[in-house]
Amino acid sequence: MATLAAAAPVRRETEWSLAVGGAVLVIFLVAAPFALYPVFIMKALCFALFACAFNLLIGYVGLVSFGHALYFGWAGYLAAHAAKVWGLPPELAVLTGTATGMALGLIAGVVAIRRQGIYFAMITLALAQMMYLVALRVKMTGGEDGIQGVPRGRLFGAFDLSNEMTMYAFVVVVALAAFFLIYRIINSPFGEVLKAIRENEQRAISLGYKTDDYKLVAFVLSATLAGLAGSVKALVFQLASLTDVHWTMSGEVVLMTLVGGLGTIFGPIVGAFLIVAMENYLAPFGQWVLVIQGAVFVICVLAFRRGIVGELAARLRVRL
Amino acid sequence: MLPMFEVFGIPSQALFGQLLLGLINGSFYALLSLGLAVIFGMLNIINFTHGAQYMMGAFAAFLLLRYVGIGYWPALVIVPFIVGVTGIVIERLFLKRIQKLDHLYGLILTFGLALIIEGLFRNYYGSSGQPYGVPESLQGGRNLGFMFLPNYRAWVIAFSLAVCFATWFAIERTRLGSYLRAATENPALVRAFGVNVPRMVTLTYGFGVGLAGLAGVMAAPIYNVSPQMGSDIIIVVFAVVVIGGMGSIMGAIVTGFTLGIVEGLTKVFFPEASNTVIFVIMIVVLLVRPAGLFGRSA
Amino acid sequence: MRLTTTVAFAAVALFGTAAQAEDINVKLGVLNDMSSLYADISGPGSVIAAKLAVEDFNPAAHGMKVEIISADHQNKPDVGSNIARQWFDVDHVDAILDVPTSSVALAVSDVTREKNKVFLISGAASSDLTGPKCSPNSVHWTYDTWMLANGTGKALVKTGGDTWFFLTADYAFGHALEHDTAAVVTANGGKVLGAVDHPLNTQDFSSFLLQAQASKAKIIGLANAGGDTINSIKQGAEFGITAGGQQFAGLLVFVTDVQALGLKTAQGLVLTETWYWDMNDANRAWTKRWQAERQDGKFPSMVVAGVYSATLHYLKAVAALKSAADGKAVVNQMKAMPTDDPLFGKGYVRTDGRKIHPAYLFQVKKPEESKYAGDVYNLRATIPAEEAFRPMKDDNCPMVTN
Repeated sequence: MATLAAAAPVRRETEWSLAVGGAVLVIFLVAAPFALYPVFIMKALCFALFACAFNLLIGYVGLVSFGHALYFGWAGYLAAHAAKVWGLPPELAVLTGTATGMALGLIAGVVAIRRQGIYFAMITLALAQMMYLVALRVKMTGGEDGIQGVPRGRLFGAFDLSNEMTMYAFVVVVALAAFFLIYRIINSPFGEVLKAIRENEQRAISLGYKTDDYKLVAFVLSATLAGLAGSVKALVFQLASLTDVHWTMSGEVVLMTLVGGLGTIFGPIVGAFLIVAMENYLAPFGQWVLVIQGAVFVICVLAFRRGIVGELAARLRVRL
Repeated sequence: MLPMFEVFGIPSQALFGQLLLGLINGSFYALLSLGLAVIFGMLNIINFTHGAQYMMGAFAAFLLLRYVGIGYWPALVIVPFIVGVTGIVIERLFLKRIQKLDHLYGLILTFGLALIIEGLFRNYYGSSGQPYGVPESLQGGRNLGFMFLPNYRAWVIAFSLAVCFATWFAIERTRLGSYLRAATENPALVRAFGVNVPRMVTLTYGFGVGLAGLAGVMAAPIYNVSPQMGSDIIIVVFAVVVIGGMGSIMGAIVTGFTLGIVEGLTKVFFPEASNTVIFVIMIVVLLVRPAGLFGRSA
Repeated sequence: MRLTTTVAFAAVALFGTAAQAEDINVKLGVLNDMSSLYADISGPGSVIAAKLAVEDFNPAAHGMKVEIISADHQNKPDVGSNIARQWFDVDHVDAILDVPTSSVALAVSDVTREKNKVFLISGAASSDLTGPKCSPNSVHWTYDTWMLANGTGKALVKTGGDTWFFLTADYAFGHALEHDTAAVVTANGGKVLGAVDHPLNTQDFSSFLLQAQASKAKIIGLANAGGDTINSIKQGAEFGITAGGQQFAGLLVFVTDVQALGLKTAQGLVLTETWYWDMNDANRAWTKRWQAERQDGKFPSMVVAGVYSATLHYLKAVAALKSAADGKAVVNQMKAMPTDDPLFGKGYVRTDGRKIHPAYLFQVKKPEESKYAGDVYNLRATIPAEEAFRPMKDDNCPMVTN
């Protein structure tokens, strides 16, 4: 089976490119709120985290999950519920949501890992759709209304998150920490095994690795981080709604990762910012968003499989 | 006239009514999963665009009626042909190019195509439904005593069964079908025998898509014609296909009808779960028999 | 020649700069469903109504400049609240208008209060907006679920429809409408036999209708609106619901729905609205202006009339205060000034934000009774303004109990 995202061959010393990329990202995030609408950046960061979590699975393990909105959305619901109904402070609300992502990831993973390739994709989609239908009916989620008026609260009892800039700082710190975590996961011995599974699972099995266990762990990690993204987003917008568990949300994260670059560190971040900006810009044109997203998918698959960051990395022969 | 009776405390009218609805839903599940199975068998591609093609079928019927005055019966023949042709265009333009890539790209590509199609229709028609009446000859219904049976819905069931059987027969019992099945197993060898395999692949895709279009025409009078009708149903059909296992044509048909009935029964006895019961069954089947009920193990 | 041009330039410079120095800039945002099941009830029609209101207000005469923008909230609370937030933060919008779909309205109401702007609600129906969720920054115009329940619900129960089954759109509006109507039914001696929820924008009602049929209730109350109501009634005909002796109660039906259904299907339907285009000359004249912009033969619903009326009153309040900056202050001014416009006549805005005007019980005409396009209603009764809406003491609105 041809691999999904073959990274360009590269030398170890070129880690400097990652450092440069990271520096650019940090500088951008520090300077941007003075030029751009902070809520826009926060939204893009949440999606960037979501996309990075998704990329962990598709870019480094080679598994396409078409139902990642399940973890993103339901973590958001639980985080919103924790903050609004249980009155938990924001750090605990976010933790609740993240834990939800982990739990759901475990359950879904156990069921889905049983099959490979296309079946895996269809199963993840079906599971996500099932949980969407549950979200539609269950009282807790508020159905079409969603959970509204979620209080942002005081972080650690000290920082008032209803101040836009304080919230922004919180989101940036969480996002950067998570990006770094993902980087460390990918570059660890565990990450190497994942890449080996992506390249040739049979060989990895013959080398004695219990590939199903590795895949499950990666799946749960991915779901947990997606849950983190969803929880933070629920606090930023003070709303958790059906949109976050709908299959179009699952499709969006695939789009962001594809456009940015599968299997690259910064690809999903770039992809997320681009897609969120595009949707913002196209908002007055409502329904064209769907068409354009579809067109981008098609073009990417036909002619642009490495994505923006992937192409850049290949041209410069560095790791990004 | 048969008397009304009760089953487990549910009045017979409600029970048979929901069973009938279940059988109708099952007809669509069967037709659509049949199309998917045919396409997957030949091309090894999961046609995510299937739902959008089903929707196009319904819209084509609506447009034919509104702008050209062509009614339901001719539409039953014309529309699958039109939609099938669009399928062939897609196959030639897009799917051929990515044949050599990982199959998952096919999934992403067809997903993108589905978005484009749904988006275009939403743009022009909004997301509310368009009206499409039941054809005159099939209007009204029969009061059977234990339930009220609308004629059109009875027709849907009968016709779907006929189409499914005809397809199964064509693939499993005719010479053309045997070429098809052989080409799936070993395209190079079949080609060596002088059979034009690429053309067969194209035509098969067109046929599978045409089936989706046919389902769309049949759906138009009962499920209001709207741009998202495809995406709503396609995910359920995916679950059906996973449960049935994509190996066999018969498996797809039987699973489709059966799950429709199961869904109908759930609506009667446990309505809250009726939307999700098929997915729950999918999970159970996956845990017990990962290859699906009729599938061959990978 | 040169002298006149110089004088002309001087005049422009003098009056031009004078106007600029005093101009109060007001930006209005019409936020509604532009493409889905509520597009005909509000949609682009509301934007036209707002434009007509601005025209009739004549901003220049008050030293004001008014700009109107619009967006589609797609009936999703997150989309709606995002747009509202961006409008207030980045685009300097002062007031948001319309917002059908109560779940979106509730979200927008929160954002509006947070940013101290103004929210003029015309499309949304939930009586919670002047009840537990009332806000000093919102004014609820046109209609609400309590008014509908007391209009249609009471009328039907009093004429023999004493057993009910509800078909409810599963969101804030549907539940509010079901809740309010059920209360009216039981208060007037009727019984609610059951209810079933359906998702918003459902295409296939067959299984819900079967349940309604099985309940044997005399009245099937449709606690939904727009496309959902139309589909319920059409598919009900397919299943022989009315033939079987049950009657549909369209708890929220607009003139646009009746047109979509056609008089043959909709005849006899009893409904409550607060404005009908054909009730008097002023309404008819305004409808002509509105239709001139539409060019598609549709008729205005009470929602767009409400947008016109609310916009006019808002602009008058801003003119009186000479500023649109403080949302609460403008709303208080709107409550202090009595309302008067060609469409709703004289009325006022209550402390809880509820606009008060009469309601009308209509019945859909038989096809043979309709003399011209849009002639669809017979007026059955007028509910006086004081009785049409929920008394403030029953509101549970925190602003009132203070």
